[in-house]
Amino acid sequence: MIQLYIISGYLSLLLLLGLFASRFFSGTSKDYMLASHSIGPFLLLMSLFGTTMTAFALVGSTGEAFKQGIGVYGMLASSSGIIHSLCFFVLGVKLWSLGHKYGYRTQIQFFRDRLESDKIGLLLFPVLVGLVIPYLLIGVMASGGVINGVTQGSVVEGKVVNATFEEGTFPDFLEQGEKGFAVDGSKGGVPRPLASLAICAVVLIYVFFGGMRGTAWANAFQTIVFMILGLVAFVVIAKQLGGQDSLLANLREVATHVSYEKVTRVNISKLQFFTYLLIPFSVGMFPHLFQHWLTAKSASSFKLPVVAHPVFIMIVWVPCVLIGIWATSDLIQIPPPVKANPNILLPFMVKRLAGPVLGGFLTAGILAAIMSSLDSQFLCIGTMFSTDIVTHYADKDRFSDRQQVLMTRCFIVAIVALTYCFSLFEPRAVFTLGVWCFSGFASLFPLVFASVYWRRLTKAGAYASVLAAICTWAYLFYDSGFASNREYRLDITLSGETYHMMPVVGMFASSLFALVVVSLITKPPSNETLEKFFPTAKS
Amino acid sequence: MPRSLCVLILVLIVLHQDNWFWTDDRLVFGFMPIGLFYHACISIAAAGVWWWATIKCWPRDLERSSSTEEQSS
Repeated sequence: MIQLYIISGYLSLLLLLGLFASRFFSGTSKDYMLASHSIGPFLLLMSLFGTTMTAFALVGSTGEAFKQGIGVYGMLASSSGIIHSLCFFVLGVKLWSLGHKYGYRTQIQFFRDRLESDKIGLLLFPVLVGLVIPYLLIGVMASGGVINGVTQGSVVEGKVVNATFEEGTFPDFLEQGEKGFAVDGSKGGVPRPLASLAICAVVLIYVFFGGMRGTAWANAFQTIVFMILGLVAFVVIAKQLGGQDSLLANLREVATHVSYEKVTRVNISKLQFFTYLLIPFSVGMFPHLFQHWLTAKSASSFKLPVVAHPVFIMIVWVPCVLIGIWATSDLIQIPPPVKANPNILLPFMVKRLAGPVLGGFLTAGILAAIMSSLDSQFLCIGTMFSTDIVTHYADKDRFSDRQQVLMTRCFIVAIVALTYCFSLFEPRAVFTLGVWCFSGFASLFPLVFASVYWRRLTKAGAYASVLAAICTWAYLFYDSGFASNREYRLDITLSGETYHMMPVVGMFASSLFALVVVSLITKPPSNETLEKFFPTAKS
Repeated sequence: MPRSLCVLILVLIVLHQDNWFWTDDRLVFGFMPIGLFYHACISIAAAGVWWWATIKCWPRDLERSSSTEEQSS
């Protein structure tokens, strides 16, 4: 029960932070959506990092390291250190500058202007929202799993013992799974649907009242929390597993029990590893990151995030990957339900190896990582609905500034409700779902890069690129059994040898090919647009 | 983007592929798999490259143009 009190205390603190941030709200839509371009280097670093580090980073990386070994770090963490900062450097600063100059609040506003096409918004809007929703689902599902995992009891001979709640505390549809209370039910913990609902409600409240400022503050606070508590979890788990006197002795002891497969990458194909490098390009097209970029006070505010981001990734991912491979050793018995669902490995380890008080705090740290992404995504979708659809298609001056804020808030409530409903259906592995979602965004990277750096990009080229990306994504997603096939890869056979590639290669290549070919054979943008986005140097 | 920065990024990408420690199970400091240690070093090297880029290749024209915009508005 103590974990539940600590988690509740942490969530209450976040609510207070959101409400406190709302006291600085000036009432304008620009302030609500972009914090009036007031975010300095430190807050920008924390909010960008907190937003990119999701359930995928903490819960997903531990679970995937458990399954695949250390290779997961190279596939997504060190590659992200290179590619994310590259995106911040070559796209973030440039788009911030254009957004500042022409008053953009969303990506779609920029693309409409750059491509001289109003209808590109109607194509991009469902694509971007459709890709953000699985990303949101990752967080909502993982938060429910984490809270349930740390509050549930242990199953001994088919019976649940030391549970937080007795069987029958909640209605059957909440605590009984398909196979029963003690098998895949809530096992005496907070039922997952209820836990996810609580997280959605907390995030909704501080985003609703605090807007972008509340989101940035909450992200900074939560990033600090999950980085510190992640390191504490690492030390505590090492101590419990190793049973030695010093930290180094514990680390050495635990490492000797990990198998060869997990400390090398023998089970990962080299080409597949290389093609994973395309996935972090998704950062260039995340609509919520675009919105965070626009909050920067100045171009210089980007310097700290560009430099510190790779190191921050390392601080979070290395401990998670080590915990994941340690869980494969003979020092701890991982029960079959946890083996089958790697999403709950980290909460399981925390619960098993840390005391209830520390376990509660560590759980709060995991939730912090999850919520620091959810908030930006909810705010972003609300902003897109009100800016790109309602306000854009309404008569000029149809809505006052206050009405725009109200609309954004209403859309945020609607999208939270919709996401929560989706999360109640059959859960997929966090890592698998995340990779598909990131792949979709990565396949749109050629579009945003060309928009900023290639004068010859045309409206038709952009349409062709988006359609090619999304059709390829949809086909491959369908072919993978809607992500149920976790091992789904694109295979090419050359000289009798088969090479495995990530599906993102097909999406990225088709999007890039369509963009270049169609742009070259269609009419270039007008001189006015070119002068606006690629001004010639004046003496 | 300056050519020197492009070269450095390409070097990072080549180093990232790390075929040389693929099947090496040595432990650095007695606990860190060498493949993981190497990639942690790649993260630090990336930070170093980006630090250099913010000093040598920062787009100061964007900085100036936006501050000019602000003053004129």
